[in-house]
Amino acid sequence: MQTILEQQAKERIASVIAHHFDAEAQNGRLFINLGVGIPTMVADHVTNPHIYIQAENGMLGVGCAASEGQMDHDLINAGRTCVTETPGCSYLDSAASFGMIRGGHVDATVIGAFEVDQKANIANWIIPNGKQLGVGGAMDLVTGAREVVIAMQHTSKNGKPKLVRQCTLPITGIGEANMIVTEYAVFVFEAGRLVLRQIAPEITLDELRNITDADFDVDL
Amino acid sequence: MVCDKYKSIKDAIAMVKPGSRIMVGSFGLAGYPEELIEALAASGTGDLTIISNDLGTPGVGLGKLLTNNQIRSLIGTYYNWNPEAAVAHNEGRIKVTLVPQGTFAEAIRAAGVGIPAFYTPTAAGTELAADKETKEFDGRMCILEPAIHADIALIRAYKADELGNLVYYKTGRNFNPVMAMAADTVIAEVDEIVPVGSLDPECIVTPHIYVDILTMRKS
Repeated sequence: MQTILEQQAKERIASVIAHHFDAEAQNGRLFINLGVGIPTMVADHVTNPHIYIQAENGMLGVGCAASEGQMDHDLINAGRTCVTETPGCSYLDSAASFGMIRGGHVDATVIGAFEVDQKANIANWIIPNGKQLGVGGAMDLVTGAREVVIAMQHTSKNGKPKLVRQCTLPITGIGEANMIVTEYAVFVFEAGRLVLRQIAPEITLDELRNITDADFDVDL
Repeated sequence: MVCDKYKSIKDAIAMVKPGSRIMVGSFGLAGYPEELIEALAASGTGDLTIISNDLGTPGVGLGKLLTNNQIRSLIGTYYNWNPEAAVAHNEGRIKVTLVPQGTFAEAIRAAGVGIPAFYTPTAAGTELAADKETKEFDGRMCILEPAIHADIALIRAYKADELGNLVYYKTGRNFNPVMAMAADTVIAEVDEIVPVGSLDPECIVTPHIYVDILTMRKS
């Protein structure tokens, strides 16, 4: 197994997810919501012009990050980054924005996670260490978006598997994950089973099993 | 200017009494009524329940009210941008009710439109649903969420006309329009008050029926 450096891992995860969306958008317009961190990087990798980005703080048609001279602190995404408008963008209040999400109008959301288990449960909102106090839109997004894509490094900073048999941290949603993309692999949930779909050249299947606590089927 | 709703920021904030439930529009530091909050912090009025998405950052925006010990309880979604909130909560100085952001927005909207509670699938099965009533609809577990109402809403809009019709600016809109419907008294901080008839009726987001007091920013 060849180690993949953090920055390269993140770029790869974002690029794999962007390819997935580029392909999906060939069938028509695609509306996606991107979480903070690796998910935001997906925007830099998508090439299909029929992809529209929704930000849950109230914008459809989010453009790229604003450059130093164009920053407007009342034009931000949900990660509080100053962004830009795209032609045809619109603004909405928070209730309408989450209505758009909960109502199933947003095709996909990309989020990070602390843990995902083999029953598609996601834990991404809190590590109960007393330092965090917030849920934000995480629970609304996993419940509402039609496809939930998890973008995460395969193991935690201290090498522990993040793809587990059962979540140990407080969950964000029950059985909501549809796809998991790490630097080493792509998994999907099919008929309640976790299935390996792609594996990186830096790792063998046995090595992948060693850093994955969850059981999975293989269908490459 | 012919505007019977106009008050100075100071006179408007004098309406906030100790122990009030105050709703404040904001998402981080976007679209928040900065000068009203400054005045509320300066007033020292305490024992407040603050209903807002977040609490700004330490010592800035709503963060000031926490630094000043003016807050008794918080109802909101995300306080990780202001770590002082977790510290105050851990020390038992404030009570905190966390609500998923979409549920929070909808609960405020519900209060404004006369719906006392609603079922939603968001958070079903999570620890935030621990003591909520549950019911299954079309095979999907949902939880019952109560509407969220306030005594006073402090909101931020871009422009008002003299009647109190409001338009917003970009993502500064956030929770402001729903909060404008969900409080007994609604105080709006705006950049500019223009004559009646000069706002395009198709573009008015908050009709003046919801707005009680207009204040204007100095800067």
